[in-house]
Amino acid sequence: MAYKEVTVKQPLLLTVLPYVSIAAFFIVWEFAVSSGVIPNELLASPSQVVSTFIDKLSNPNPDGAVMATHAWTSVQEAFIGYLLALLVGIPLGLAMGWFNVVEGLFRPIFELIRPIPPIAWIPLTVFWFGIGLAGKVFIIWIAGIVPCVINAYVGVRMTNPTLIQMARTYGANDWQIFTQLCIPSSLPMVFGALQLALAYCWTNLVAAELLAADSGLGFLITMGGRLGRPDIIVLGMICVGISGAIIGFIIDRVEKKLLAGIRR
Amino acid sequence: MAHKLKLHCDNVSKTFIQKGNQEVPVIRDVTLDVYENEFLVILGPGQCGKSTLLKIFAGLETPDTGYVTLDGQPIVGPGPDRGIVFQGYMLFAWKTVRDNVELGLKLRNIPKSERRDIGQHYIDMVGLTGFENHYPHQLSGGMKQRVGIARAYANSPNIMLLDEPFGQLDAQTRMFMQKETARIWEQERRTVIFVTNNIDEALYLGDRIILMEGKLPGTIKTSYDIDLPRPREHTNIDLLKLRATITDNTELVL
Repeated sequence: MAYKEVTVKQPLLLTVLPYVSIAAFFIVWEFAVSSGVIPNELLASPSQVVSTFIDKLSNPNPDGAVMATHAWTSVQEAFIGYLLALLVGIPLGLAMGWFNVVEGLFRPIFELIRPIPPIAWIPLTVFWFGIGLAGKVFIIWIAGIVPCVINAYVGVRMTNPTLIQMARTYGANDWQIFTQLCIPSSLPMVFGALQLALAYCWTNLVAAELLAADSGLGFLITMGGRLGRPDIIVLGMICVGISGAIIGFIIDRVEKKLLAGIRR
Repeated sequence: MAHKLKLHCDNVSKTFIQKGNQEVPVIRDVTLDVYENEFLVILGPGQCGKSTLLKIFAGLETPDTGYVTLDGQPIVGPGPDRGIVFQGYMLFAWKTVRDNVELGLKLRNIPKSERRDIGQHYIDMVGLTGFENHYPHQLSGGMKQRVGIARAYANSPNIMLLDEPFGQLDAQTRMFMQKETARIWEQERRTVIFVTNNIDEALYLGDRIILMEGKLPGTIKTSYDIDLPRPREHTNIDLLKLRATITDNTELVL
């Protein structure tokens, strides 16, 4: 069933509008700072941020590391924490959704831990893991595991009960229903968790790097604050924002590809 | 007709608990015999317990009193000896037509080549040849239900249980699917219990119609034998006479 392909034209205004909006934002910002409406000690202008960025590509001063090192450190921490959150959180959530014993064991503890903000774990983390990579990964893991467990759990719970009955009439046992029915039908929710958990991990990165660090994007922001350098602060913030958006975009594409057959 | 007894339903009653503490009697004292290779239609309006009765046959509900036997063996739970076709199709959205049809075979660990052959036979039978690798969302409602029917047949059940299978189809497709159901039944004889609220569907398909009371708890009101040749015409005069009789009988209830 192949249909003829046509290009659907969008009004020019709608195509251009997002670019106009971004351009206007930066122009107003640049003008506000360079004209002195906002004092330069409080906010850096976009052009200053760009020149700091170019400088920081090769210059480790004043904060001790070049841009690439900061970015790499952060990506490493975030991804280890993120992957561990997925590895533990999704199977746990799926199992909680199907096996009443697992739900009974883990749900109460999970509900107690869930409302505690990841930052609140920082002091204990220092006791347990010191100030190295492990501690930061732990904070990020705590942040990421919550949406993984919740989404996987809800995904399994939302499995159409008549489908489960249908599978039983075809002779499926509990394990077959779990693996061949509940898990596939929970996938859209689980993929939602991939996005959500990444967002949680990435936003808690800055908090995790409040732990003593010598590099990382969050560390860069903190250092910018200590050194009274708004250009470095803004540079760090923009880097966290842009790289988070890029990773989110990639996951979104992967999700759409994998779910092409599942979505109706 | 000295047919062999297939399914025996003995004095079955069922009460649901609603909102925690309200008792809703759904079925009361239903006794019913179904014979081998018979096409039995259970006809009744909405909310008369007919689907619950079918679920009891399927083993998805247990009766409060009474019992049901299939080939002399009591029904204690769901099993592949009964092929069920659901109103809402109930296909796996992430599996192709072929994989959906082969579901029961795969669950019973039938080797792949054999599975392919059986699956293909029933895909051909319901007229879905060429759509083996399509996903359910690419199919129309009628085609989805064909998959549901092929899936049930492929499991080589002892008896087919169809729960308002065409309830979600438009009138045109519905008539066409009735024709197809009759054709398939002639081609591969099985004992069929077909639940519907549509009197024309019942008359077109059934060897026998069990008419249920139009209110809860569901009881059997009466039964009609339809001794008319197939393929039938909806406009056949004897059929229309019987239709009038049943309609009169139904209106007394309402």
